[in-house]
Amino acid sequence: MIQQAFAGSVPLQGTEVAVRWDSLYNFLVGLSIFFFVLVVGSILYFIVSYKHDSKKKTQYITGSHLLEAVWIAVPTLLLMVIFVWGYSVYHAMTQAPSDAYEIRVIGKQWLWTFQYDNGRTTVGEVFVPVNRPVKLVMTSEDVLHGFFIPTFRIKQDVVPGMYSSIWFTATVPGKHQAYCTEYCGTSHSAMLAKVVVLEDHQWKAWNQNKEIGPIPEAGQPLPSKTQVAGTLGKKPLIQNISLVEQGRQVYQSKGCVACHSTDGTNKVGPTHKGLFGTQVELANGKFVLADENYIRNHIEYPQANTVKGYNPVMPTFKGLLTESEMNALIAYMKSLK
Amino acid sequence: MSNNSAVVQGEDHYLNHSRGLMSWLGTLDHKRIGLMYLFSVLLFFLMGGVFALLIRLELFKWGGHNLVDANTYNKFFTYHGAIMVFLVVIPAIPAALGNFILPIMLGAKDVAFPRLNLASYYIFMTGALFAVLALFLRGADTGWTFYTPYSIRTNTTVLLVLFGAFIAGFSSILTGLNFIVTIHKLRAPGLTWMRLPLFCWALYATSIIQVLATPVLAITLVLLCMERILQIGIFDPKLGGDPILFQHFFWFYSHPAVYIMILPAMGIISEIIPVFSRKPIFGYKAIAYSSFGIALIAFIVWGHHMFVSGQSELANFVFSLLTMFVAVPTGVKVFSWVGTMYRGSIHFNAPMLYAFGFLELFTMGGLTGVFLATLAIDVHLTNTYFVVAHFHYVMVGGTLMGLLAGLHYWFPKMFGRMYSETAAKIGFWLIVIGFNVTFFPQFILGAQGMPRRYWSYLPEFTFLNRISTLGSGLIGVGFIYTAYYFYRGMRSGAKADANPWNAQTLEWKTSSPPPHENFHETPVVTQWPYEYLPEDTSMPANLR
Repeated sequence: MIQQAFAGSVPLQGTEVAVRWDSLYNFLVGLSIFFFVLVVGSILYFIVSYKHDSKKKTQYITGSHLLEAVWIAVPTLLLMVIFVWGYSVYHAMTQAPSDAYEIRVIGKQWLWTFQYDNGRTTVGEVFVPVNRPVKLVMTSEDVLHGFFIPTFRIKQDVVPGMYSSIWFTATVPGKHQAYCTEYCGTSHSAMLAKVVVLEDHQWKAWNQNKEIGPIPEAGQPLPSKTQVAGTLGKKPLIQNISLVEQGRQVYQSKGCVACHSTDGTNKVGPTHKGLFGTQVELANGKFVLADENYIRNHIEYPQANTVKGYNPVMPTFKGLLTESEMNALIAYMKSLK
Repeated sequence: MSNNSAVVQGEDHYLNHSRGLMSWLGTLDHKRIGLMYLFSVLLFFLMGGVFALLIRLELFKWGGHNLVDANTYNKFFTYHGAIMVFLVVIPAIPAALGNFILPIMLGAKDVAFPRLNLASYYIFMTGALFAVLALFLRGADTGWTFYTPYSIRTNTTVLLVLFGAFIAGFSSILTGLNFIVTIHKLRAPGLTWMRLPLFCWALYATSIIQVLATPVLAITLVLLCMERILQIGIFDPKLGGDPILFQHFFWFYSHPAVYIMILPAMGIISEIIPVFSRKPIFGYKAIAYSSFGIALIAFIVWGHHMFVSGQSELANFVFSLLTMFVAVPTGVKVFSWVGTMYRGSIHFNAPMLYAFGFLELFTMGGLTGVFLATLAIDVHLTNTYFVVAHFHYVMVGGTLMGLLAGLHYWFPKMFGRMYSETAAKIGFWLIVIGFNVTFFPQFILGAQGMPRRYWSYLPEFTFLNRISTLGSGLIGVGFIYTAYYFYRGMRSGAKADANPWNAQTLEWKTSSPPPHENFHETPVVTQWPYEYLPEDTSMPANLR
């Protein structure tokens, strides 16, 4: 009964990782029940067997090295198995495939904003394709937030001033509940979102800015046919500028072009062509990976990140770009292959 | 204070040795200071408990707006956490019971530095005063963890609470220092290290953590205050600071602090189980050393609070691995306690009942701790009600059960009277059943994904939240009833013998209550304190 109340209580399995997570969780539940019964059962047995009786004597025992060795060795061994198992599932949770579809997430007291490659922005709902790896690159405009999707068994804090990420391959279409899990003030408990997992045709339609009709909650039945037909009407195409194009405009308007090129020639500063994903040698001799965090860091604190062979002349752009402009700029620099 | 209520007339003892309010407020007697701590801590426990009940009442229905608005709710859980952690669970056993019992257990007249001991009490109360003062101003709404940058931005009086916790920390450091010196220098003749009662070993390990870890909290809180006032840019990303750095600093203290809370309770359990099983403790050395094993590991596992914070995967790997090793010495203790009962002669007085309660609840808390130490599992469970349930099973199930076990065990020594055993049994079942009803559903809520610190929740979580709220009422009734029968016992309980439990540690070798200087003549120790021979199975308290 306890096993059922405990193990049967987790949300539906919305990803492959959720399946692996549940196996490990169930193993831990089983193991815990075993040890709980061992400890409490022994106590109950001793209570019954060795209840005080003035006619009976006790036995003078002060310990047993053999028993001690056993109850040090067995738990240690089990714990190592649990650790390795836990790490391997965690590793699968955190290593996003390189072809993952990227969506940028901005947390703000008390709503979630999502930016897509095609330039669209949604609030409170994030649209993702089914059976395809998706990576969320997240930051915050104010305080700490946390992005948690129980059906996917993943969670990651969203930190102002840096990027953190999670990834998943959703396997169950429909709406999945997401929560903010890092306390962020007054309306923390209202900072909710839905992860809308779209089937292939819906995803295609959504990308073309067409209406896709009502989506059921994940694991719930589809809405009735009449409802679907009623809302699937074609809406006029919304003209979006792609995120990369938005980034190119930021790149121009903020004056990056004055010192950096996108064609491979080095000017006052190094070229940005092919920069993303490479190892950069800094003036202080350190090597850093040119990822989202490095680019952001360099734009905000250029003096601490001067590239080897260049003069530390770049001014800081901290506070001059909004989070969405920063996302667009990074998307653009990423596209300069 | 109960200076003329709990007195057994006739002989001179610490309660009637001197009279009047000033004889208490200015006392250097560790026993009186211990009692002052005890009653202060119980007062704060009442405050923290009221906030807990208010939290549960708000959560009786889904969707918020049941009792208070979101801002008020956020203050409630902040007060509940901050009061319970800093003003109750950390000082409860070492400062109250430790102060009272440790010197007597060692056969000493007092702690090594009695004036410093009294100063520690007033430092603690000053810190508490600041923290409580904040309640009457704009309060604090950061949660007891004060995570940045929210704690920098909020317009509540978080500075006062930080300042209060900062000051109270010094009390903890000084008490730790006092205990270490006392244990080294004031042991009675013949009381060698290997004859030291396990409660003393536990307090020794605790004191080391208090002395080494608390300064880090002080530094962290000062930095946070400076960040709020002067805007230096240490933790605030807007000023170039790193908010995750705060978490590292905070948990570098607050994880070891968990062991400041639990080790003394383990010490009490180690005393009670042999006495009420009438058998030597099983694996004395293993239990003593495992306290130090736990204290050592306590310092290198803080990162397990931060698996989803954004720290590197390598850090997560290392912290998860190290955390696993906490379970080993903890398991050694639990198995040794159970082993002690084997072939014993078990008495079911309230201290032993609470020791059983400890074993049940703490085992649950410990096992669910393994879930949270496991990297992938923690990703889903962290910041949900699973964590809330886990640390309540450890803190309440461990520390509070230990405290209650100790209070019942040493009640006759402290007040010279017995509590009512029947009443204690009723109180025990109310609290233990109430506790499980309150917190077990929270494991399930957490696994289902209900986040913690939520003023309103989705309708699907209603049923389990209701059960939890009902359970909290049961705990409340249990504690009120316990306070009542303790009060009755103090006023009119049966007169206690010097050694009602037929126990062997030194505090039972002196009268109940003890004289002003603890012993009429310095005791000499000739054997270890767990020498329970096979025919020595009776207990005076159960013979009347």
